[in-house]
Amino acid sequence: MWSHLLSSNTQWVLASTMVLGIAAGTVGCLAYWKRQSLMSDALAHAALPGVVIAFLLLGEKNLFVLITGASISALIGAYFIEWVRSSTRITEDTAMGMVLSIFYGLGIMLLTIANRTAGGNQSGLDSFIFGQAASMVQSDVLTMFILALLVIFIVGVGFKEWKIYLFDPSFAKGAGLSIKGMNGLYTAILVTTIVIGIQAVGVILIAALLIIPPVSALYWTHAFRWMVCLSAIFGGLAGVLGTAISALGSGWPTGPFIVIVGSCLFILSLIFGKERGLLITFLQFKRQKQLIDNNKDLSHYRTKGVK
Amino acid sequence: MEDVAIKVENLFASYRKNTVLSDVNLAVESGSLTGIVGPNGAGKSTLLKSMLNLHPSLTGSVAFFGQPFKKMKKKIGYVPQRGSVDWDFPTDALDVVTMGLYGHIGWLKRPSRFHKEKAYQALEKMGMKDYAKRQISQLSGGQQQRVFLARALVQDAELYFMDEPLAGVDAATEHAIMTTLKELKTLGKTVMVVHHDLQTVAEYFDHVLLLNQTVIEHGPTNQTFTKDNISRTYGGNMRWMREEDHDVVPSIKQ
Repeated sequence: MWSHLLSSNTQWVLASTMVLGIAAGTVGCLAYWKRQSLMSDALAHAALPGVVIAFLLLGEKNLFVLITGASISALIGAYFIEWVRSSTRITEDTAMGMVLSIFYGLGIMLLTIANRTAGGNQSGLDSFIFGQAASMVQSDVLTMFILALLVIFIVGVGFKEWKIYLFDPSFAKGAGLSIKGMNGLYTAILVTTIVIGIQAVGVILIAALLIIPPVSALYWTHAFRWMVCLSAIFGGLAGVLGTAISALGSGWPTGPFIVIVGSCLFILSLIFGKERGLLITFLQFKRQKQLIDNNKDLSHYRTKGVK
Repeated sequence: MEDVAIKVENLFASYRKNTVLSDVNLAVESGSLTGIVGPNGAGKSTLLKSMLNLHPSLTGSVAFFGQPFKKMKKKIGYVPQRGSVDWDFPTDALDVVTMGLYGHIGWLKRPSRFHKEKAYQALEKMGMKDYAKRQISQLSGGQQQRVFLARALVQDAELYFMDEPLAGVDAATEHAIMTTLKELKTLGKTVMVVHHDLQTVAEYFDHVLLLNQTVIEHGPTNQTFTKDNISRTYGGNMRWMREEDHDVVPSIKQ
């Protein structure tokens, strides 16, 4: 069983899901402060029809082509959401809900068709729904690895620009930053992270990898830089541990395990986090209460007004 | 002719169906401290935003020292309404002030010790040096406003636009802010401030811009800020109660 983990292919897969987790944790922080955590979920679902159409056109499973298909489809979804939000009276969250379900429904429909065609069954397209890291071959791993590193690099190199863009976009614009450009770049790295994560984590659960690490990180720090670092670490841990656990069984999907590990990290942060954790909040409240209680008996002497 | 810092001609702007600004024309004297006054929904914030390209204008031209906004944006400092950002964002006061220097630092470069020092001095000036490392969500409303002002100060701009910097702040902060604004004026900077408290207009500003969708009157405070002009701005329903030993109560009804 352990020999699985030691094979070089598995090590590559582990490394790539770790980098994926780091990228997702980093980009997730941007999405969180753009108040668009749900956007990642909508875009992930919107990617599915693109994956299947790319497969149907090509007739074989080539990660690069599938990623391209997924990106185009997710970008169309993003454009739809933006269009509905800006030119109708429908709010953004409703628009996301619509895009999510419509695109996903379309994707599942196409997937059924694809599975009926020759070779469709063996293609392992089903694994796109829940993620199957073990099904990745060396070139898939490499594609994912490079793109994830690119995403991390883009966030890291323009860190201060991302910060001002998220905190106060109108001020950033006044200071000469192109908000349109930043919006474009943001959508690009968000979509990239989602589509490279689809094969390992699946369309349903990839959003969790973008949402859970940032909120976990917030329980430990008040500085944006540390939030991003911690979120990246949590994402990386979830990626590598989840993949390792799923590799222990045969044919276990990767996505659910990654999400479970991420959730465990979240629960630990929620309880023990040093900034807003439940434990520390409780202890602080108790200490304050004790201080007050010790003084309570004397309040009679300090009462103003009617004695 | 006096030096004109800001010239706005024929400016129109709207929010969805409603025209908020119509045919705004004004020329602001260089080195003046102008209060923009008008009822709620008169388009005061929209005027600032349209001038700074933050809100699309339907038509019209805006020039700063004869130049378009794009060429002058490094010389312009803008203090938005405090509620326009999310104060839960994980950062401290010093960091927010440092953001004012990003234009000077250059994109993709990291702030140096020199920049941090400059930001720290601006905070000190606003009486906030003890709060430099304080998480911004843990600052009071007045302190947040001072942080915003400090951020504008480090920009070292020629023109300042402030959207209700005195809204909901205590007396100490109001005093600190007004001292700073007057100092900016002494340094020859041009400052425009959206203001709500009619009672302090005469004391605080040397120029006043009365606005209600269009410019009702604009000029030196002692000539412009008259009872007649104010009631024209507030729709004529302004009740003057000072004669009855009360404060001014502008009626919102139009």
